[in-house]
Amino acid sequence: MADSDLVDETAHEVVESHDPRSTPRQEMLGAIYDAGLAWVHFPVGLGGLGVSRGLQARADAILQGAGADNAFFLNPIGHGMAAPTVLEHGAPELAKELLRPLATTEHIWCQLFSEPGAGSDLAGLATSAVRDGDDWVVNGQKVWTSLAHVARYALLLARTDPDQPKHKGLTYFVLDMQAPGVETRPLRQMTGQAEFNEVYLSDARIPDSHRLGAVGNGWRVAMTTLMNERSAIGGTSSVRGAGAIADAVELWARYPQRRTPVLRDRLAALWTRAEAQRLTDERARRSQGSGQPGPEGSIAKLVSAELNQDVYEFAMELLGPEATLYGSYELRRDIPREEYRGPLQQRFLRSRANTIEGGTSEVLRNILGERILGLPGDLRADSGKAWKDIPRG
Amino acid sequence: MVEFVFSPEQQDLRTGVREFLAKRSDEATVRRLMETDAGYDPATWAGLGGELGVLGLAVPEALGGADGTLVDQAVVAEEFGAALLPGPVLGTVGLAVPALVAVGEDVSEFVEGTRTAALAVPDRAGRFDPALVTVTESGGALTGEVRHVVDGSADVLVVAARTADGVGLFAVQDAARTPLSTLDQTRRQATVRFDATPARLLAADAGPAVAHAFRVGAALLAAEQVGGAQRLLDLTVAYAGTRLQFGRPIGSFQAVKHRCADMLVLVEHARSTAYHAAWALDDASDDPDLAVSIAQATCSEAYQRVALDTVQLHGGIGFTWEHATQLYVKRAVTDAALLGSATEHREHIAAAVLDTAVSNGALVVATG
Repeated sequence: MADSDLVDETAHEVVESHDPRSTPRQEMLGAIYDAGLAWVHFPVGLGGLGVSRGLQARADAILQGAGADNAFFLNPIGHGMAAPTVLEHGAPELAKELLRPLATTEHIWCQLFSEPGAGSDLAGLATSAVRDGDDWVVNGQKVWTSLAHVARYALLLARTDPDQPKHKGLTYFVLDMQAPGVETRPLRQMTGQAEFNEVYLSDARIPDSHRLGAVGNGWRVAMTTLMNERSAIGGTSSVRGAGAIADAVELWARYPQRRTPVLRDRLAALWTRAEAQRLTDERARRSQGSGQPGPEGSIAKLVSAELNQDVYEFAMELLGPEATLYGSYELRRDIPREEYRGPLQQRFLRSRANTIEGGTSEVLRNILGERILGLPGDLRADSGKAWKDIPRG
Repeated sequence: MVEFVFSPEQQDLRTGVREFLAKRSDEATVRRLMETDAGYDPATWAGLGGELGVLGLAVPEALGGADGTLVDQAVVAEEFGAALLPGPVLGTVGLAVPALVAVGEDVSEFVEGTRTAALAVPDRAGRFDPALVTVTESGGALTGEVRHVVDGSADVLVVAARTADGVGLFAVQDAARTPLSTLDQTRRQATVRFDATPARLLAADAGPAVAHAFRVGAALLAAEQVGGAQRLLDLTVAYAGTRLQFGRPIGSFQAVKHRCADMLVLVEHARSTAYHAAWALDDASDDPDLAVSIAQATCSEAYQRVALDTVQLHGGIGFTWEHATQLYVKRAVTDAALLGSATEHREHIAAAVLDTAVSNGALVVATG
């Protein structure tokens, strides 16, 4: 049987044995995991069927078409980033233990990477992990952590050897967010909401069995996570005219009195750019094998972030005087998904983070230049130095 | 045939054409030919038609072609664009042959590369508008003038002319041609003049055949633009990686690197839209006019931007006559103006997707 038929048949079997409209969410997602349709390219027994990653879309179309939840939306960091990282770098028993509750959304995941002093220069991070018997003792501060307040587990990158150059002294862990010494506080953003958190780690303990990859090999493990992150952020919509551009076209349709020929050309240019990127995503998806997402994910992330901003700048201009109004700046943390993106003015403000989160556009252009085009790297002031000797501030 | 997935045969086709052009249409040859009256090498053209057989890939076998797809022809056009191949690529392969095929004419001699043809029909923003046709037919002969005919010195002209019944399509051999001095010396134009010139009627209504030819021509032009833009990106990246200033390759500076990254995005967008248009015309999977306008709006802007940035990133050498960049700049500017500019295609896109948009009321706008 062809792999595509296997995927189709398996997906149909799942929705026949478990009606997505009446099966409770976690049970439904568990059945999807058990059938190997959570990540079709994962091994059998760990949520996959061992087939090409490109076939995931077929499975999702059948499952979600029948009413199943999209696990990626419910547990984005877990589903999109933690799962491939745990699979590739974790011990088999650990993967077995963690992947199923991740897939069912029983365990929400978050990512403890960025710090107040380590944004684009992630490898310069300062949170320390010191070995103590069978445990590691972690101290430091993490920031911009989505979902930390509801997460059960976190992907943690910490420094285990400050005497090594910055990339070499890092180790990657899975942290239990319910462990003592883990404190989560909301971080309020310019929209007024708090989608993100700060996480303070004070003598938090992690068993060595929750280490992913070798001691000192954390940077390489983190690359798995980040490549999946960029691909996940950039490469979702495949319907013409969907996404941010739909908001601009909706306003265009709603306010005919505000139309001008100049705005019309600007919107047509935005629409065309959105369509060119959609077709490029489609092309990348069609040529993608079962392997890791490559640097082309960086194109999708770069373009969609800048396009979102351009679209919402346009939309605010089209709105005219209403652009100066707002809904509420009340501090909210748990925003229902249907309200998540909020009114137009809020979407505009929120879009300003798009070119920063998940890799700034400046860093992404470096990646395109260096990893795809093969241009030489920039001179680095910290290269070869022990991390502890690098100026920080 | 899955969109965006090239078959092994298509990959071989690309390699074969690229190798042929590396020998027969290198930069020195292009420069030599652009100084000649003909502007191209008929032997090379005949080699592409005969030896390689790549000038009529989308033409049905019954009319003298290879019975392949427009995507096949686009793969070839991309290589033509990369090599700046001088010759009637757009006039014959892009425009005249599709028009002739649409009216069921045998095109063997054009596909073989032994004769050439051009389409002498004005376009409005890349589309057919019978109101623009000023040539008139009377008693089987044509009178009038068409300006800016791409490859207008071709052996056979396919001409739209006003008849007693409307606008018909004709084939003409003996018209007066006045070659124009063109910005791009590798892509020629002529003014063609008819003075009671005998003509053969091809179709009583020129509309469908010409509209089809403009669509196919624009899709192949887009593929050519992709080829040129990719070649320039390759040149620029190679230069930025080896040119040293301040003791380091200029490509290590972010100001240079980031502009290269932006060029990469433009090239990738251009490639996606150009091949989408070719696929859409092959399998009717999308509105053909919209797909073509998306491709032309994207590729014209991308190629021109990439070409002009290539000059900038090469510094002084990029502004010289001796450097290849100037040849591509002129091709990019010319191609952007042919068969509708990017702005004109955005106008088509706006008409198709914005003017018809209906509010669904779902988006919330805060009202204070």
